[in-house]
Amino acid sequence: MSIIRYRTPELAAWTPLDRLSPLRELLDSAYRLTGSAGLSAWSPVLDVYEDAETVTVTVEVAGMKKEDFDLSLEDGALTISGKREAKEENRESFRSERFFGIFTRTIALPAPVKSDGIKAAYEDGILTVTLQKADEAKPRKITVS
Amino acid sequence: MSQLTKTENRTADTKRVEYVVPAVNLHHDADGFTLEVEMPGVRKDGVEITFDEGKLTLTGHRAAPAVSGKAVYTESAGQAYRRVFDLDPTVDSENIGATIEQGLLTVRLPKAESSKPRKITVG
Repeated sequence: MSIIRYRTPELAAWTPLDRLSPLRELLDSAYRLTGSAGLSAWSPVLDVYEDAETVTVTVEVAGMKKEDFDLSLEDGALTISGKREAKEENRESFRSERFFGIFTRTIALPAPVKSDGIKAAYEDGILTVTLQKADEAKPRKITVS
Repeated sequence: MSQLTKTENRTADTKRVEYVVPAVNLHHDADGFTLEVEMPGVRKDGVEITFDEGKLTLTGHRAAPAVSGKAVYTESAGQAYRRVFDLDPTVDSENIGATIEQGLLTVRLPKAESSKPRKITVG
């Protein structure tokens, strides 16, 4: 167990929170571990849509080139990765909130899909991947004979 | 350029409108400033840039998504983007230019000629 640092009396109100700090440090170190392994430096926002025939996955990532995306489908999981290049850096930067470099998102699809007939389009900064559902996943009407 | 930013949550009729605060990069060079604003889902006609009383307001309205089916998993906010900047007085507000490409809005803020560094020779 780690020793909790002495706090001056005017900071006493924070003492209950301070108990959590070893836990917070543990979580932070776990974060750093994944970051340094280069698994995923940043995660663009992802949405999934479903209708009777298709599953559609959209990823919001502005300012990419369409050839910089990589898609793969394995065991019902779709992986979307890519690399966003930073522009030339011979200028002074006042504010840097945008992320650059490699990202990877993997999502379990809500229904089995066909491995062929996958369509992907990149428009207005949104990558849209449309997958056709496998026949066994489509709703069927059964008539009573 | 001072970088005061805020989200304006109210319109004139006090109806509450929420905006997403987009991520921004701001660069500076000898001739001016360049703002890069991430607005995925926004087309050219959805961008609104206003300059009033030294404040540059960038608003991006999303185009209706062309996706069929119901959402089964959602991370995106789906709201319009807005960010307000206090402009440096050296910026030539008459010549602000902007382009949007793949959801990345680039705003060029050139410096006025009178505020560029000059060399003064002793006569």
